[in-house]
Amino acid sequence: MISEKDYQLLKQHGCKMYLEEENPKLRKKHWLPLLLKEKQQNNITPTLEEAVKKSGLKDGMTISFHHHFRAGDFVVNMVLDVLEKMGFKNLTLAASSLTTCHAPVLNHIRSGLVTKIHTSGMRGELADAISMGVMDQPVTFWSHGARATAIEENRLHIDVAFLGAPSCDPYGNANGYTREGEGKSICGSMGYARIDAQYADHVIVITDNLVPYPNVPFAISQRFVDQVVVVDSIGDPEKIMSGATRFTKKPGDLLIAEKTAEVIVNSGYFYDGFSLQTGSGGASLAVTRFLSDYMREKNIHASFAIGGITGVMTKLHEEGLIKKILDVQSFDLEAANSLKNNHLHQQIDADYYADPFKVGTAVNLLDVVILSALEVDVDFNVNVLTGSDGVIRGAIGGHPDTAAGASLAIVVCPLFRGRIPSVLKHVNTIVTPGSTVDVVVTDQGIAVNPSRTDLIEALEKAHIDIVDIHELQKKAESVTGVPEPIKYGDRIVGIVTYRDGSVIDVIKNVESVTKEEETV
Amino acid sequence: MNSSTQFQLGLSPIKLRRTMLFVPGNNPGMMSNAHVYGSDALMFDLEDSVATQQKDAARLLVYNALKTIDYSPCEVVVRVNPLDTPFGVQDVRAMVKCGAQVIRLPKTETALEINDVEYEIEKAEKDFGIPVGRTKMMAAIEGALGVVNAYSIATASKRLIAIALGAEDYCANIKAQRTEEGTELFLARATIVVAARAAGIDCIDTVYSDTNNEEQLIREATAIKKLGFDGKSIINPRQIRPIHAVFTPTPMEIEKALRIKTALEEAIANGSGVVSMKGKMVDRPVLLRALRCLELAKASKVYFDEEETK
Repeated sequence: MISEKDYQLLKQHGCKMYLEEENPKLRKKHWLPLLLKEKQQNNITPTLEEAVKKSGLKDGMTISFHHHFRAGDFVVNMVLDVLEKMGFKNLTLAASSLTTCHAPVLNHIRSGLVTKIHTSGMRGELADAISMGVMDQPVTFWSHGARATAIEENRLHIDVAFLGAPSCDPYGNANGYTREGEGKSICGSMGYARIDAQYADHVIVITDNLVPYPNVPFAISQRFVDQVVVVDSIGDPEKIMSGATRFTKKPGDLLIAEKTAEVIVNSGYFYDGFSLQTGSGGASLAVTRFLSDYMREKNIHASFAIGGITGVMTKLHEEGLIKKILDVQSFDLEAANSLKNNHLHQQIDADYYADPFKVGTAVNLLDVVILSALEVDVDFNVNVLTGSDGVIRGAIGGHPDTAAGASLAIVVCPLFRGRIPSVLKHVNTIVTPGSTVDVVVTDQGIAVNPSRTDLIEALEKAHIDIVDIHELQKKAESVTGVPEPIKYGDRIVGIVTYRDGSVIDVIKNVESVTKEEETV
Repeated sequence: MNSSTQFQLGLSPIKLRRTMLFVPGNNPGMMSNAHVYGSDALMFDLEDSVATQQKDAARLLVYNALKTIDYSPCEVVVRVNPLDTPFGVQDVRAMVKCGAQVIRLPKTETALEINDVEYEIEKAEKDFGIPVGRTKMMAAIEGALGVVNAYSIATASKRLIAIALGAEDYCANIKAQRTEEGTELFLARATIVVAARAAGIDCIDTVYSDTNNEEQLIREATAIKKLGFDGKSIINPRQIRPIHAVFTPTPMEIEKALRIKTALEEAIANGSGVVSMKGKMVDRPVLLRALRCLELAKASKVYFDEEETK
């Protein structure tokens, strides 16, 4: 014990922060062992409504969600319904992305609950309505890296995060899978949610699988979590994750994949220890199949693969062809199980994955990325967000992040889809600037960005036919004809940000929406 | 290969027909980009894959596709309906007019059928101001009688560039059972190869219809290549890659062929009539096979002209 004299001395030394009477922030506890009763305390709040009340959420604030449950998500709609009932107004919805299952958000837009949206993308009914101008304020579209950085730098401030989790313990240790039994659903990595958990003022984890403490391993640490709410169901397991992503059988996709693999092998970036990322789309995924044949044949191993991970990648990992996996989002059950079982399969957050400003961001260490496109133009600009009718039907995802980060960014798409050309004079919406795109592989020819003279030389040496991208555009036009220009209105319905947070393009409203087209 | 070499060996430039991709004539989606998959030939079908009520529409579609789309470097073949149907003559006339390179007859049993179609082709060529003889022909042998008449069919017209086997109809006709090993087709296959060679034209094997069984496709392609076929009809672009792989010369074969070719060039340079390697004379068939091997290698992009000049 310190004496009164010592106390005065400490005061004289300026050590006020240690002294109860001087520092009101100091909360002295009883110096006793924790009582059993105290150990039984936890972060569980019985209902969502109560949790919202406790969170201090007010009109005009920003709420956030993640999209790891894809089209099977119940959380966004569930939370918005509760907030609607509680009478909230004028909220900003900041989701890492929105999908087809989020059509009910429309009702909350019309009621005035949601007046602003931040997302990576959207599809379906919600996207159609927003394209036609249902919101007064434009939706802001972010890449995964841009969103993470904007949240971290408080350019996008989150007041309350509602984070669905396939497993969570009473203290908030949450994950996309669990080692405590089976759980109702599994989503693998929770890479996007981890950013929200870390930076939101208040974090509520919503789970349908409360597991005993400690939920190890966890993606989200209890130290970021304020409340845990247990509900009946956070999503439809079938739609959250399908069993295994299958290779496409479409000859067109296979042709593109085969050509892409040839490009990679002869690009100079196919060396023992290279790194790669592929998308989950047909052609882009199928590249892995052809590339792995070359890897076996030439005894070349990848040091790591990153990104949205599929079972195709994890199989190569298990075969030893890919040494390590960095997983920001797991696309199928095989990938999720690999994350659970393979110790060199690491979960990473969106900032680790794609922060544009940090040294060592995963995408910046990437050699090769294969990306899909709805449209690409003669300047190599890529659109993955709006269809040929100008309607929002896609997501930015990590497209601009990986294109800029990778040494070899390959965009794959058919020359035309049905009667719609994919290679155009100008894309309708620029998502990824052509300066970061190196090669475009179509079923009818390969074009290399003229600035990449090194690649042109390498590919020509390997007898790979290269065509001018203008020729591809003309070829497409010769079959499909010149598309009629889209009839845009004069309102901005979408702001497309680039990875650094600046505006790269805007999306204007359209008068009508056609029901067609394939998305990527 | 320079022209004098060709002249001395009586060799005509090789037209590769390793794969002939079957495209239904009523499927615009497939027709818009059938040529991008890299098959050596495309066969647009107006016959079996088109329902009777769609015959006119299909003819019009193929006509316009051939007029609009540049299918090069694929050789464009159109399978027309038989002349004894209401569609045959119209098919032939339309296809000649739109510039189909090759008209393929369905089930051919006799040389007379070839003559009948040739008559219609020639008439159409004259009517439309097309040089007579430009349109080539192909015949499919799909029955016992056709196999028996194979040689007379193969030599019935100068326009004929190839004969092909249609196995399903043939087997039904001779009451044979289809097997994986293809014993039941052996006679027909061998007869067609011999007839085609005797006539100096190409021969194309039947389709393999299980598109998901790549292993068996490769086995069958390997077997028919050994028999002497120039290629195979195919029904899915996914079959192109494995078949071309079968027909692609191995690095060892290419190396050997190059040595023979060098010896040949030396012989020509020295004005010698005999080609010899390591003191041994190289037979003409060996020379021909070596040159064919190099042509195949070039087409398969495993051997390039510049390597020749090294």
